[in-house]
Amino acid sequence: MLIETRNLTKQFGGLTAVKDVDFEIEKGKINAIIGPNGAGKSTFFNLVSGSYIPTSGQVIYRGKDITKLPPNKIAELGVARTFQTTNLFEQATVLDNVIVGHRLRTKYNLLDAVLRTKRYKKEEKKCKDKAMEVLDFVGLTNITDQLAGNITQEEKKRVAFALALATDPEVVFLDEPAAGINSGETEGLAELMKKMVKRGITVCLIEHKMQMIMKLADKIMVLNYGEKIAEGSSEEIMNNQDVIEAYLGGDASA
Amino acid sequence: MPAMTKKSIALIALIIGAMVIPFIIQNEYWLHILTLSFIWSIAVYGLNILAGYTGYLSLAHAGFFAIGAYALGLLTVKVGLNYWVALILACIITSGIGFLIGLIALRTREHFFAIYTLCVGYVIYLVIDKWDSLTGGVRGLIGIPAPSNIGPISFQSATSQYYLILFFLLATVLVMYRIVHSLTGRTFIAIRNSEELAQTIGISTMKNKLTVFVLSTFFAGLAGALYASFIRFIGPDIGYTAIIFDLLTYLLVGGIGTLAGPVVGTILIVSVSQSLQFLQDYRMLIFGPMLTLIIIFYPRGIVGMVSEWKMKWFNKKKKTPAEKWKSTYSDSKDVREDKVKEG
Ligand SMILES: Nc1ncnc2c1ncn2[C@@H]1O[C@H](COP(=O)(O)OP(=O)(O)OP(=O)(O)O)[C@@H](O)[C@H]1O
Ligand SMILES: [Mg+2]
Repeated sequence: MLIETRNLTKQFGGLTAVKDVDFEIEKGKINAIIGPNGAGKSTFFNLVSGSYIPTSGQVIYRGKDITKLPPNKIAELGVARTFQTTNLFEQATVLDNVIVGHRLRTKYNLLDAVLRTKRYKKEEKKCKDKAMEVLDFVGLTNITDQLAGNITQEEKKRVAFALALATDPEVVFLDEPAAGINSGETEGLAELMKKMVKRGITVCLIEHKMQMIMKLADKIMVLNYGEKIAEGSSEEIMNNQDVIEAYLGGDASA
Repeated sequence: MPAMTKKSIALIALIIGAMVIPFIIQNEYWLHILTLSFIWSIAVYGLNILAGYTGYLSLAHAGFFAIGAYALGLLTVKVGLNYWVALILACIITSGIGFLIGLIALRTREHFFAIYTLCVGYVIYLVIDKWDSLTGGVRGLIGIPAPSNIGPISFQSATSQYYLILFFLLATVLVMYRIVHSLTGRTFIAIRNSEELAQTIGISTMKNKLTVFVLSTFFAGLAGALYASFIRFIGPDIGYTAIIFDLLTYLLVGGIGTLAGPVVGTILIVSVSQSLQFLQDYRMLIFGPMLTLIIIFYPRGIVGMVSEWKMKWFNKKKKTPAEKWKSTYSDSKDVREDKVKEG
C-alpha cells in the first residue's frame, strides 16, 4: 500500500463532494476510480495531490501524513498527476513543455542562470536528458520540436503523461486520460499505462470508458455522490448491485 | 547552426551600431532622447519579466522607478554618499521594498493583482509627494550629481552618459536573455501558463513569483536611479500613475513576453512622440488607435509581428519533407555532439 486515505471529506459550502472515503492505493498496480459525473472523482485527486485541503480526514503516503502539504511538496515526494483538461503551453515546443517537469529535481537558482555556472550547465542538461527520456518512453521522439498547439489530442495526452513522468514519480494520478480520443488511441494509452507499471510506477486513474477500466484495472473504487459505494476487482464491481443501480439510476454516463 | 550565427551577427551589428551612434547623430537633443529611452527600456525589461513571462501585470512599477530615483537622489544629495555606492544601495532599497510589497501583492491574481499594485503605485506617489521633509514634496529634489568618475573615465559629457546607460541596458538584456533561456525562465513561463499545473510538477509558485517580482523591481529601481543622475532633477510625477501606462504602452507595442520588445517599443514610441511634439496631447489620437490595432492584430507587438512574417516567409521558401527531415536530423546530431563534448 502506497497511499491511504482515511475518512477523507471535502465540502464546498453545503455540498459534500467527497464524503468519508477510505481508499488504499496499492503499490505497483493500476488502481481506478469510476463513478457518474460529479461523483467527486476529480475532487478526490485534488485532495490527494494537495490542490485542495480536505475538510476532514487524512492522506497518508508511505506512512507519512501529507494531508496539509502544498502540491509542490507532494510532487517532490513522488506524487505526480495530470488534469482532466490538458493545459500545455501551446506556443512552446513539446520538448520545452516537458523540460521544466524535472525542475523539482534540480538544485539551481537565479544566480546560476545569470552567471551560467557549471551547475547551470549540469542541471540544464539533466533536465533535457530527462525530457528526452520520458518523451521516448511515451513514444513521442518524432515530434519533440513541434509546437504543442499543433499536435493531436492523443499526442497532447502523451505529452501530459511525459510531463508527469519527468518529475520522477512513484505514483501518477491520471484524470480521464482517454477522454476525447478514439478507441484505437485508447488502446495505445492503456498499453502505456501498463508500461508505466512495469517500470515500477504505480498508476491511479479516473476513467469513464468502462471497457478500458475493466480490462486494465487491478483494483477499482466506485464513487457516487462523493461516497465510496464499492471497491474491488473488475468482476466484483461488475456484479455489484449498488454499482449497477448507481449507473442505471443516475444519468448513465458509462 | 547557421540560424544562430546569423542571429549573433545581427546582434553584434546592432551593438556596434549603438556604439557609433554618438558619432553619427551630432545633435545633442536626439542623443539625449535616445539615452532617455534606454533608461525607460531598462524599466520596461523589469516589467516584462514579471508581466510578460510570469503573467503578473504590475501597475506599481512607476512607483518602484520613483523609489529608485529618490533613493539615489537622497543618498547622494542629503547623505552625500559616493555615487556608485548610492546606485547599488538604491537598487537594494527598491528590491527590499519590492520584496515586502510582493509578499502581500502576490497573494492576489490577475485583475486583482493589477488593481492592488495600481493602488500601491499610487500610494508610493502620494508618499513621495506629501513627505515634504524627506523628499522635498512638489518642489522635487535638485542638484543630483552625475555619476562620479571611475579612474580616468568621467561621465560629465552627454556622450559618456550615453555609453554608461548603453552599458547598463546591454547588461540588462544579457541578464534577461540568460534568465529566459534557462530553467528559471521556463519555471516563470510555466507559472504564466498554469499555476495549478506548475505546482503539481513541484514548482513552488510563491517562491518563484516573489523572486521574479523582486527582480523586476530591481530593474525598475536601477532605471529610476540612472534617470535621477541623468536628468539631475526629480519630482514626484516620475512616480505618477500616468508613467506606468507609458511603460505599458512601450511594452505592448514592442512585444510583451519577447526579449527585444521592451527596447524596440520604447525607442520607437519615445522618438515618435518626440517628433510629434508639435501636436501636443493630440498625439494620443495617433497612439490610442495604433495601440488598439497592434493589440488586436499582433498581441505580441512589433517583435511578434516581425517573427510571424519571418516564419511565413521562411515556410514559403522552404521546405520539402526531405529537407525538413535532414534539418531535424542534423539538429539532433548537434545535440549528440554536445553531449560527447560535455561527457
Ligand atoms: N472548486 C469547487 N467549488 C465548488 N464545487 C466544486 C468544486 N470542485 C468540484 N465541485 C463540485 O463537487 C462535485 C464533484 O465534482 P468533481 O469534479 O470531483 O466530479 P467528477 O467525479 O470528477 O466528475 P466528472 O466525471 O464530470 O469529471 C460536483 O458537484 C462539483 O460541482
Ligand atoms: Mg472530473
